[in-house]
Amino acid sequence: MSVDTKDITGLSRLAKLALLPDELTQVTADLDRIIAMVDALAEVDTDGVAPLAHPLDAVQRMRPDAVTEEVDRDHFQGIAPATQDGLYLVPRVVE
Amino acid sequence: MDPFASIADLAEGLRTRTFSSRELTQAYLDRIQRLDGQLNSFITVTAEQALAQAEAADAQLANGSAGPLTGIPIAHKDLFCTQGVRTSCGSRMLDNFVAPYDATVVERLQQAGMVMLGKTNMDEYAMGSSCENSYYGAASNPWNPDRVPGGSSGGAAAAVAAGLAPIATGTDTGGSIRQPAAFCGISGLKPTYGRVSRYGMVAFASSLDQGGPMGRTVEDLSLVLGAMAGFDHRDSTSTEQSAAELDALRSVRIGLAPERLKVGLPTEYFQALTDAGLATLLDEARRALEGRGVQFVEVSLPHTAAAVPCYYVLASAEASTNLSRYDGVRYGYRCENPKDLNDLYQRSRSEAFGAEVKRRILTGTYALSVGYYEAYYRKAQQVRRLIRDDFVKAFESVDMLLAPTCPNAAFGKGQLVSDPVAMYQQDIFTIPASLAGVPALALPCGFSEQLPMGLQLIGPHFSEQRLLGLGQIYQTETDWHRRHPQLGE
Repeated sequence: MSVDTKDITGLSRLAKLALLPDELTQVTADLDRIIAMVDALAEVDTDGVAPLAHPLDAVQRMRPDAVTEEVDRDHFQGIAPATQDGLYLVPRVVE
Repeated sequence: MDPFASIADLAEGLRTRTFSSRELTQAYLDRIQRLDGQLNSFITVTAEQALAQAEAADAQLANGSAGPLTGIPIAHKDLFCTQGVRTSCGSRMLDNFVAPYDATVVERLQQAGMVMLGKTNMDEYAMGSSCENSYYGAASNPWNPDRVPGGSSGGAAAAVAAGLAPIATGTDTGGSIRQPAAFCGISGLKPTYGRVSRYGMVAFASSLDQGGPMGRTVEDLSLVLGAMAGFDHRDSTSTEQSAAELDALRSVRIGLAPERLKVGLPTEYFQALTDAGLATLLDEARRALEGRGVQFVEVSLPHTAAAVPCYYVLASAEASTNLSRYDGVRYGYRCENPKDLNDLYQRSRSEAFGAEVKRRILTGTYALSVGYYEAYYRKAQQVRRLIRDDFVKAFESVDMLLAPTCPNAAFGKGQLVSDPVAMYQQDIFTIPASLAGVPALALPCGFSEQLPMGLQLIGPHFSEQRLLGLGQIYQTETDWHRRHPQLGE
């Protein structure tokens, strides 16, 4: 599968990345080669093989439904770029 | 004191009061200050905290409450969260990030009395094999400053090799402990997936990421692994391990009979090995172990060639998901004067992420897109099972595998930066064990053209004790791990 600048523009929109024109050309060329490399997977016969998500086939561990840690909001918000009254500030979304 | 001493020897020096932890710590801090200008192996040096921790360790050593690691300095990869000390992950995105908590690994090693010297340089978000993708500039290989130290834990490997730290933590997703260890002539262990807690490790590819020790000797690795490993309820993929099992990791030679060990030589790895110098060194390593009675047989891992493409689909997909958390809202870099919310997200991410991180996010986004998910992501997960099963099958007939760590010695700075696919092929011998989740130990096995080369021992899940045991036998038969580079003062 090959990709062009239109595909990469679409992907960068999904990934919330704004690419400069030079970057777009470079990334398109790079991704084209990376995708050509991973296309080798198609040659592997995987008929009837179940996907592997965890190398030890472990499943999600359950724990008792009990409060174990308190969230210290002020402490965590101390590293935020902009907060007010315990809220994270972002540019206005609703006019 | 010898900055190239093993931590086992340094611990002996502390116990016998030959030197104090404060003196030892100061000696490493002095070396960092004097020599790291040549290497750029540290992003942050925490001199003040280190000396305070060293004094606390000295008090423990004096009152008899010290453990085997009390007072030994260590450097942490700048990917482990450290409360009150910046954790940058080599990225502009986290240049201002001071974690509100410690990673479990950091916490456990601190509880064991170890002294943190600082945070080491790395490829941004651990994505890279050369330590050239760091916001803080490339690190250098102490054996030759024109060569890369490997990556992503390149700063850790360079610091240990150059005697700026006696031991370090690293993380390995596709080879990021083993490859830099090999390039810098030190020892490094990627533990079994689930052995070491990932809590507080900045996530790259969560089904592959694993922390581990990087040091001078196998004995040192086993001492630190025993302290950093163990179940952690805060990591949902952490595995239960008994206290007896963790103790066994610290005394790896007990009960190991090399004459009863059968080691496999994976045909596909040796067929892919084109470096004649490395092939000769691996042959010598095999003969050294044969001299101790170890038997060798050829084994096949038929899906080896599919490992690199499989990895770059899965790791990139997981990275694109994990890195979606960086939005300029809750922590990390935020662009100036965003005109709306979308602009805030896009410019914060675009201005703060480097080229390789963007490539991986986009590759992962592609692999997870509607229409491509089945052909790439799901297909790669199926191939991952075949690769894992190759190892499981091989370990039915052999106890472990002997393989090269990297296809070549450390390459030149700038040599591969413009060719991401060639850079990815550097991980050809380390990626399969990562996909399979099995432990792998990289050890120095000689030199080719004045650059260190590495071998790799790969074992079944949770076989670290046996891997380290044979590694230690190898290091009693050879002295490659005792060589160190000469840095200009």
